[in-house]
Amino acid sequence: MPMNKSYGFGRIISTIAFAMCLKIAPLPTIFAVYNPDWVLLTLIYWSLAMPERVGVFHAWTFGLLTDVLTGRMFGQYALAYSLVIYLCLSLHRRLRQLPFIQQALFIFFCLLLSQLLLFFIKNIQYTAELKPTFWLPIFVGTLCWPLVYTLLRFVRLAKPIKTD
Amino acid sequence: MASIALLTTEHINFRLAPVRAALSLAVDPIKYLVDLPTETMSRINYSIRSYSSLREENKKLSEKQSLNQIRLLKYEALEKENIRLRALLENSFDLGEQVLVAELLAVNIASPYENIVVVNKGTRFGVHPQQAVVDANGIVGQIFRALPYSSEVMLITDPNHAIPVQVNRNGLLTIAVGSGELNRLNLPFLPDNADIRPGDLLISSGLGGTFPQGYPVAVVDTFAPPANKRITATPKALLDRNRELMIVWSDKKPVSLAPSQSPKQNEAEDHANE
Repeated sequence: MPMNKSYGFGRIISTIAFAMCLKIAPLPTIFAVYNPDWVLLTLIYWSLAMPERVGVFHAWTFGLLTDVLTGRMFGQYALAYSLVIYLCLSLHRRLRQLPFIQQALFIFFCLLLSQLLLFFIKNIQYTAELKPTFWLPIFVGTLCWPLVYTLLRFVRLAKPIKTD
Repeated sequence: MASIALLTTEHINFRLAPVRAALSLAVDPIKYLVDLPTETMSRINYSIRSYSSLREENKKLSEKQSLNQIRLLKYEALEKENIRLRALLENSFDLGEQVLVAELLAVNIASPYENIVVVNKGTRFGVHPQQAVVDANGIVGQIFRALPYSSEVMLITDPNHAIPVQVNRNGLLTIAVGSGELNRLNLPFLPDNADIRPGDLLISSGLGGTFPQGYPVAVVDTFAPPANKRITATPKALLDRNRELMIVWSDKKPVSLAPSQSPKQNEAEDHANE
């Protein structure tokens, strides 16, 4: 892997843009309740794989963009994402050694933390209802983690395009 | 910590709106990108329709158009009469509404529990928050955030939305609160002896100033007579099926008592409709 600083930035941006697309994809309501937080999953992957490239600041920036994209109050996703990424960064050495299942468990707690924070902030603004389907994206996100991991690993290790 | 500061700042005032507008320039392309497949599909659908079906549709539409024209003739006369009568009563009347046709973007920005949709017209077209949004059948919702190239519309069925309505039959005023489901509005603020029946048409009352007066909103559902507590209504607008919406500019300045001003306003309205 080349060690120069600018390596992979285009890939990070494009994968996160793609994750944002998935986040706002027009699914019917039956599936929409399952739609996990793709942006957070992508950010977690990049922060584990390249902690020197993706930090809390990046998480905060992309969180802010997600806020704008989804029409939330400013800083909601930014706060949740930066906290989760802070956790990932401080634990990334240990996490890389863990078997897949334990990693997925950690991802589960990350998603749970972010979802609960978002719900908490929303509840401050106006009364939000906690429905049983609220928990589904977390489980689906955890199940999707192996997929995200493999795909993004493929993206990360693919040969750089000549024109870059 | 910065995000907590941001959260509180935006909770208190709206000074961050330009920042949001600037950031939205970076993310709005994503909305259009996600919308692209749906858009392409509808275009393809449109272009491969057969000649005969198009001709049939054309015939139907022109029939409908002439019917509507006749109705409009009558409506204009009624409107003039109404203004005259109101002048007699020394009352003022809101007129002169302009509309802008906006198209829904097929994106799903909010969580499934909120009824918020995105349309493809923003502040570049002069859209501003708290404008009413209607479709051909009735009121759809209101603009609650306008970005440069898109704006977010809160539907009347959103749990955090309430619209002042009036029973068309007898003028009874009440408030319709969103239920979170696209086909139901709740009417929680009615007394037990309120004169309301299943099938009553609810129109917007114009109180509160956000929604123009007199647009159909919903039809009251059937309910068991003693249970006046939980009356629901079905929205008239096709909230989940329509792709084309209209954003309404209603003239906040009431028309003065002089009836001579009304033809000009009608002209302006006709111009806007064209």
